[in-house]
Amino acid sequence: MGAVIQVQDLKKTYGSVHAVDGVSFEVNQGELFGILGPNGAGKTTTLEIIEGLREADGGTVELLGERPWPRNSRLLPRIGVQLQASAFFERLTAREQIHTFASLYGVPARRGDEMLEQVALTDKVDTRTEKLSGGQMQRLSIACTLVHDPEIVFLDEPTAALDPQARRNLWDLLGTLNDSGRTVILTTHYMDEAEVLCDRVAIMDHGKILDLDTPTALTRGLDAATHISVTADSLDLEVASALAGVEDAAYDGDSLVLSTRRPAPVLAALAERDALDGLQVRGATLEDVFLTLTGREYRA
Amino acid sequence: MTSMATLSLAMWRGFIRDKMALFFIILFPLMFLFLFGGIFSDQGQSRSTLVEVGEVPLLSELPGGAKEAFEDAFDVQKSADLDAAIDEVRSGDVDAAVEQHGDDLVLHFSRADQVKAATVLGTVSSFVDGANVAASGQPPTYTLTPDQVEDDSLESIQYLAPGLLGWAIAMSATFGAALTLVQWRTTKLLRRLRLAPVSTGAIVAARVFVSLAIAAVQMVIFVGIAMAVFDLKLTDAWWMSVPLVAAGTLSFMAIGLLAGSVSKTAEGASGIANLIVLPMAFLSGSFIPLDVAPGWLQTVSTVFPLRYLNEGMLDVMVRGEGPAAAAVPIAVLLAFTLVIGAIATWMFRWEAD
Ligand SMILES: Nc1ncnc2c1ncn2[C@@H]1O[C@H](COP(=O)(O)OP(=O)(O)O)[C@@H](O)[C@H]1O
Ligand SMILES: [Mg+2]
Repeated sequence: MGAVIQVQDLKKTYGSVHAVDGVSFEVNQGELFGILGPNGAGKTTTLEIIEGLREADGGTVELLGERPWPRNSRLLPRIGVQLQASAFFERLTAREQIHTFASLYGVPARRGDEMLEQVALTDKVDTRTEKLSGGQMQRLSIACTLVHDPEIVFLDEPTAALDPQARRNLWDLLGTLNDSGRTVILTTHYMDEAEVLCDRVAIMDHGKILDLDTPTALTRGLDAATHISVTADSLDLEVASALAGVEDAAYDGDSLVLSTRRPAPVLAALAERDALDGLQVRGATLEDVFLTLTGREYRA
Repeated sequence: MTSMATLSLAMWRGFIRDKMALFFIILFPLMFLFLFGGIFSDQGQSRSTLVEVGEVPLLSELPGGAKEAFEDAFDVQKSADLDAAIDEVRSGDVDAAVEQHGDDLVLHFSRADQVKAATVLGTVSSFVDGANVAASGQPPTYTLTPDQVEDDSLESIQYLAPGLLGWAIAMSATFGAALTLVQWRTTKLLRRLRLAPVSTGAIVAARVFVSLAIAAVQMVIFVGIAMAVFDLKLTDAWWMSVPLVAAGTLSFMAIGLLAGSVSKTAEGASGIANLIVLPMAFLSGSFIPLDVAPGWLQTVSTVFPLRYLNEGMLDVMVRGEGPAAAAVPIAVLLAFTLVIGAIATWMFRWEAD
């Protein structure tokens, strides 16, 4: 379970913009590693330097023990990179696309058919790519990335531009990508996505990695409030604010949300008042982690 | 090698499913061929239309030379319906109708067009006279050899077809290279291929191969239709047009590559390609023969590769010159490819930004 990606003090500037500003991390074999950060954080640039598409201004990258830059043809068959969903040949069907990629990587066409099955596109094989939905294109794109069974897979914001339903559908697929010991590194600006999918997450902002750990460790280490919400008519706002342990109370739509660092007495007090309708308890999230790290609200 | 074949197949499929492209590079030039071919042959139309009603042995059994002269003068149609034929004469759809009863030849004509009427009357009676002389068994004292001078106009197809074909090939090769480059760059397919074990050479070779194949298809369809419909006659060394077209395709691809390298969007690339191809076609004699063009235009045309392709094709396909006539145009086209291709390679960018 050694490190298959080693990044040391990576730097890249565009004019006066420090797109990547001293980034270091390691990714172990079989891990699903996430880079989380708002737009412009430097996620794509970091990924592209590791893939060998861009040259770093400083620092070193080792990918499977090799340097990816300049274009390293020994590495190419061992990695799979998913770019945006539209990176397809024009006017080919789903099957023709994946057969083309299979052939370019020198793997049998049958392997492409298996991949289409795996991403649940069997009923769309004869559909032209342009006619697929966003989610289907993304699945096809991932299938094309996996057709040669790469050891490391790079996914840059694989669920961006998908509706919430399609995003969640794709999570099921993404979650299985590292099952057979394959390493996956993905970027996202969705907190929930990183939380659900990733073994470890690097939180990135302004070209720097602010923290890096498992999602649970990141939130556990945090002195962040727990949010308890009940239906708005269960309790008066003043009464709620006055409860022992409640730091803040506010309406959020038709719910009343109480913030506390001592949830037990608050829950007991609510039970006593028979005010548990629609109860939801939410512990600290990566959003709170981001807030704590940067002092500002997370905005994707 | 296999990646080149794979990429070629993908590009070829993409091409034949692109209705818009098929229209512009195959149907569009053909429309011009029909339009121009039609206009020029109409203008020069000095033949009259004659309907033979029933059997007209006198005319159908004319001796060799006379028969040829007759067919030069008349566009002959056959009909069994006298009334319908006379109606056609009356409405001016045909110039005359002729029927034969025994030794009596009846000519139905209209006075509506005096000139035509006189022509038809005079021409037909001269053939009847000729037949009478022949029937008398005496050698004729005087002979007349009819020779139509207007007939040359029919040969306008001889310069039209190669010129329009050159234009069609310039369009498809330029646009093919430019749009592939820009589209593949904007969809990031180019980058995707850069991350696959595929060499740049294989990508370029595949595009060249597909463009050559498209040019071959254009050539077969275009020349085939020009020969079948417009009676285009190829001269001996026509086969030299194959390497000519290949060299021309390469030079236009270099132009397309340059257009694709300097523009960011597909619209931009096709704009630039249009801006080059259309004036080039006009100034290189694709639509009007360069022989009749003013001197300055002939000078300007020397900077365009299409001029060399057109001239070369005219020489070997219709002017009857030997295979060697294509050598200089081919050399110029290849030199052009090298120079423009080098500039395009220098300007080439993998990424949009
Ligand atoms: N090719 C480029 N030229 C100039 N600036 C760039 C380029 N690529 C990225 N940047 C800048 O670098 C920063 C990081 O960009 P990026 O890595 O794309 O962030 P992310 O993927 O996290 O949204 C941004 O400020 C962006 O504007
Ligand atoms: Mg990005």
